[in-house]
Amino acid sequence: MTTTSSEGPAPAGPDPVLEADTAEPAASVAPAVVRLRDVGLFYGEFRAVKGVSFDVPTHQITSIIGPSGSGKSTLLRSINRMNDLIAGTRMEGEILYHEENLYASYVDPVEVRRRIGMVFQKPNPFPKSIYDNVAFGPRLNGFKGDLDGLVEQSLRRAAIWDEVKDKLKQSGLTLSGGQQQRLCIARAIATDPEVILMDEPCSALDPRATLQIEQLMAEIKERYTIVIVTHNMQQAARASDRTVFLNMAEDRAGYIVEQGETAQIFTNPTHQMTEDYVSGRFG
Amino acid sequence: MNAPSAVLGSRDRSVRRDGIDIRGLLFAGFLLLALLFSLAILTVLVGSQVVQGFPVFAERGIDFLTSDLASNPANAGVAQGIVGTALLVVVVAVLAFPVGIMTALYLEEYAGDTALARFININVRNLAGVPSVVYGILGLAVFVTLLAVLGDGDGKTILSGGLTLAVLVLPLVIITSAEAIRAVPDALREAGFGLGGSRWQVIRQLILPAAAPGILTGTVLALSRAIGETAVLILVGAVLGSFSTNGSLGALLTGPYTALPAIVFDWARKPGPAFQADTSAAIIVLLAITILANAMAVVLRNRYERKW
Repeated sequence: MTTTSSEGPAPAGPDPVLEADTAEPAASVAPAVVRLRDVGLFYGEFRAVKGVSFDVPTHQITSIIGPSGSGKSTLLRSINRMNDLIAGTRMEGEILYHEENLYASYVDPVEVRRRIGMVFQKPNPFPKSIYDNVAFGPRLNGFKGDLDGLVEQSLRRAAIWDEVKDKLKQSGLTLSGGQQQRLCIARAIATDPEVILMDEPCSALDPRATLQIEQLMAEIKERYTIVIVTHNMQQAARASDRTVFLNMAEDRAGYIVEQGETAQIFTNPTHQMTEDYVSGRFG
Repeated sequence: MNAPSAVLGSRDRSVRRDGIDIRGLLFAGFLLLALLFSLAILTVLVGSQVVQGFPVFAERGIDFLTSDLASNPANAGVAQGIVGTALLVVVVAVLAFPVGIMTALYLEEYAGDTALARFININVRNLAGVPSVVYGILGLAVFVTLLAVLGDGDGKTILSGGLTLAVLVLPLVIITSAEAIRAVPDALREAGFGLGGSRWQVIRQLILPAAAPGILTGTVLALSRAIGETAVLILVGAVLGSFSTNGSLGALLTGPYTALPAIVFDWARKPGPAFQADTSAAIIVLLAITILANAMAVVLRNRYERKW
């Protein structure tokens, strides 16, 4: 997990005495590519998320879990400024990407989304051919080079090449749900982002397709940093390295109850609320 | 039905039909009657015109379509009307479609949900309901006057007629285009923005192609409205009665012009069965053109229709 870090040689392996309880984010073992600092998010007057701070360590999978309405998706979408597209949303605090505030006035949200890609809850391939779906992002960026090669490479990394290599001209909508979602991952990969955000990517998929996506995530985390929102506790436990648990406060704003190594959150949580949630007693 | 106090399990579990559902049948019957009523009216209307107009085609054939207007019903034809209507359609398409579609794009994709945008939306809908005579007055006051000042004629040309019709159908184009754009799933927008598309790129490459079939249908429907519009044309100076184009149909561009509905209106007022037959024949031509336009819309929509 630290093989690619060039600076600050971080100790490999989990730190058993890692303190992951307080609102202050714990010192990560890997350098963080994205840091959230006291983030609050608003829809008009309604505060959806408050006081959220955590680090997203590079080349790890960070999962955000929590009951419905705790602001998980809103939080995720704030990381690549997708919330900008919804009228009336507002953000306070800081989201740092390589120590640069993504919400600074001089930051171009379009550039942000090219570096921080996204996979959505419902597979949403374009009504175009499989090839054109993957080539869409590179073409937007004015990619000059071996587009065929890039498309193949992206589809291979998304573990769907063998299934579609003979029908690249077919519409992406002819694929099954699981294939469509892997196509969407290939499409996100093709723009060569550093971070990939996944908003409940398996909620519309059957267990087998879900497992394929999870395996895929484990494979591509060598190259990309992944943040995933999931409703599925087993998925967070199986697939992620770190877990952030959000819950809804009295005022219905989401806040972090606990965060830390996934193993610790699921086997030895500090908070009773976390234990209740991960064991399925509420949510 | 058992009383609420009935002992559990004592309910009637029979699945047999109780009797004939008379109210349901009656309702379905009334719906069918309403449908037949509309169909009958349409059949009588079209049928009577075909019966009256057919002899004209049987007798003169293509000659009716290629002859100029004339005071003698045996020689009178609708050639000038067909060309005039076609030119009007071109002017309307060139002016109303780009402006209408761009307005719809702005309202849906850029304006946001502000009070001003809502106000404009409501008023576009109101404009669509304004009687066409009012647009005719507007065309007479603005476009005819303007063109008379700018040009050397009296301003009553294809251009002023087309401009007025364009303004008339503009609200229709805006409303139907806006609805087509609104129907594009947000998932498509999000996917485009999520890949780092700019607003322009997302609109150009995703939203417009996805909305194209709906926009197309709406615009062609607006066109067929323009094709049939009569009052406006009479107000802004389509010629009633015959006029000479000196054998050149191109003269319709700069000089006096007419259109099929104006011809129908004019001939219908003339006495004598011969002109009545000509009127019906002209109506058939007008109907054929409108149906052709609508058929085109259906074909184009089916060809470009996408599913998601």
